Amino acid sequence: MQELTLTQLKNKATELRIRVVDMIWKAQSGHPGGSLSVADFMTACYFRYMKVDPKNPRWADRDRFVLSKGHVCPAQYAALAMTGFFPMEVLDTLRKEGSPLQGHPSMTKCPGIDISTGSLGQGLACAAGMALAAKLDGKDYNVFCALGDGETNEGEIWEACGTAHKYKLDNLIVFVDWNNLQLDGTCDEIMPLVDLAKKFEAFGFEVASCDGNDMQQLVQVMDQLLASKNGLPKCIVGKTVKGKGVSFMENQVGWHGVAPNDDQYRQAMEELNALYVEEV
Amino acid sequence: METKKIPTRNGFGEEIVALGKENKDILVVDIDIGKSCKTGDFRKALPEQYLNVGIAEQNGAGVAAGLATCGKIPFVVTYAAFGSMRICEMIRQEIAYPNLNVKIACSHGGLTPANDGASHQAIEDMGILRTIPNMTVCMPADAVAARKLVRAAAETYGPVYLRFTRDAVPVIYDDSAEFTLGKANLLRDGKDIAILANGDTVHLALKAAEQLAAEGIQARVLDFHTIKPLDEAAVNACIDEIGSIITVEDHNILNGLGSAVAEIVAERGKGRMKRIGVQDQFGQSAPYERLLEMNGITVENIIAQAKRLIAAE
Repeated sequence: MQELTLTQLKNKATELRIRVVDMIWKAQSGHPGGSLSVADFMTACYFRYMKVDPKNPRWADRDRFVLSKGHVCPAQYAALAMTGFFPMEVLDTLRKEGSPLQGHPSMTKCPGIDISTGSLGQGLACAAGMALAAKLDGKDYNVFCALGDGETNEGEIWEACGTAHKYKLDNLIVFVDWNNLQLDGTCDEIMPLVDLAKKFEAFGFEVASCDGNDMQQLVQVMDQLLASKNGLPKCIVGKTVKGKGVSFMENQVGWHGVAPNDDQYRQAMEELNALYVEEV
Repeated sequence: METKKIPTRNGFGEEIVALGKENKDILVVDIDIGKSCKTGDFRKALPEQYLNVGIAEQNGAGVAAGLATCGKIPFVVTYAAFGSMRICEMIRQEIAYPNLNVKIACSHGGLTPANDGASHQAIEDMGILRTIPNMTVCMPADAVAARKLVRAAAETYGPVYLRFTRDAVPVIYDDSAEFTLGKANLLRDGKDIAILANGDTVHLALKAAEQLAAEGIQARVLDFHTIKPLDEAAVNACIDEIGSIITVEDHNILNGLGSAVAEIVAERGKGRMKRIGVQDQFGQSAPYERLLEMNGITVENIIAQAKRLIAAE
């Protein structure tokens, strides 16, 4: 795969955001807020880091992606369509009867989905299992896993950290999408996260923090973590903005799981299209 | 002559080593009760296929799911109470829904962890897992059956729940016995009453049948080691050829073998039945045989219920 420039990556992230809002508007159902906050990490994974073969989605040596916060699957569906796992028109079937694009990702229905998720807290253990399989088989694929911030309330996340550390899964790269909003309110209000970076460090991860919506920072941090084969699992604590890119959705807890109406859709499209940048 | 008694968990412990040696993709995922679940030999013989994730069942289920997506055949090994209920939703979401090739192998099924008390006596597990699509739910009757069904589970794609006893149960099968998941084993034929049992109650059913025969009552005894998929043909044959059915299980009478059979009897609108099992009550620390007695899971009760059903014909 030819390496994209930073500008091209940013524009991919913008296109991904547009497709996210478009499919949720068409479905009149879905989770725009978290899909937009995780968009830059998703873009970096699919357009810079992951070795995948859209023609052979189950290729045994591929890198894996586990969307532990399964409700933001519109972001992954957009990435999969943009990389050619299925035609772009399929995005219009989100959450419709018979669609491969279920409300939460299903690995048996949708090509490119490596594990079914949707029940929070469970993805990291599955990702650890995949990374462990690579170690057992002497393979060098990586496993990328996106966690929600609120999702780290679940105890199983921390159980999985234990396994990742014990089995030296330095091929496991976790991204925590710290937009500081969960369903019922802010993280501080619902369940304070204290210091996520320190928590993951204490569990034996190599941790780097960055602005998770800044492609330049993300790439820098991910380049560095992926190069570090020191036996430690990796964690990126990404400070993000829920609803990033659409002014009226940004930092609004109300945009966790509702679809835009026609007027809101038009405004969102206008704002997102304005984010495209020209190569300098 | 007293028959040999062996805990069925020992059968699992033996067979999993043989399977692991034949196929390096067979893994054990222990949850820090491996010693008690008899994975010690596997750990020693096949350290590269052995994982222990600590006291973290939920994570163990997830790790197994991830391993299975990469072609491994992980056996998650724990106690039945935890392997069914504590991780019920992980099994549903990450193993059964994606139909992954994960086996949940649990010791301490039913009332067999007797002196441990109610916390460790899983009386609800098979019923709970039976309601999850894609699951196979199975309890071998003895150590021979355990070995054969563990092998069958390893060789059959998809999620399987296997339930073993902590306590020793009589060996009733010889090594030549054949087992197919989802197919009941006919242990004795008769036309007067059908006794359908599984797990550690099969030998009770056989004993009851023997005593009934001495009184001129011929019982058909079937080992329903798999309650899902249920051998419906075998149940239907009992309904059509005999009419009176007793189910016996070391499980709550709700949702287990008895319920599965009752569903067919009710839908057929034909046949009579009686369920023998745990009387929808928690156990306590007591000798295993006493706990069975408290719930009427005894040879005497099977005989009494058989006579009652036959008299009502």
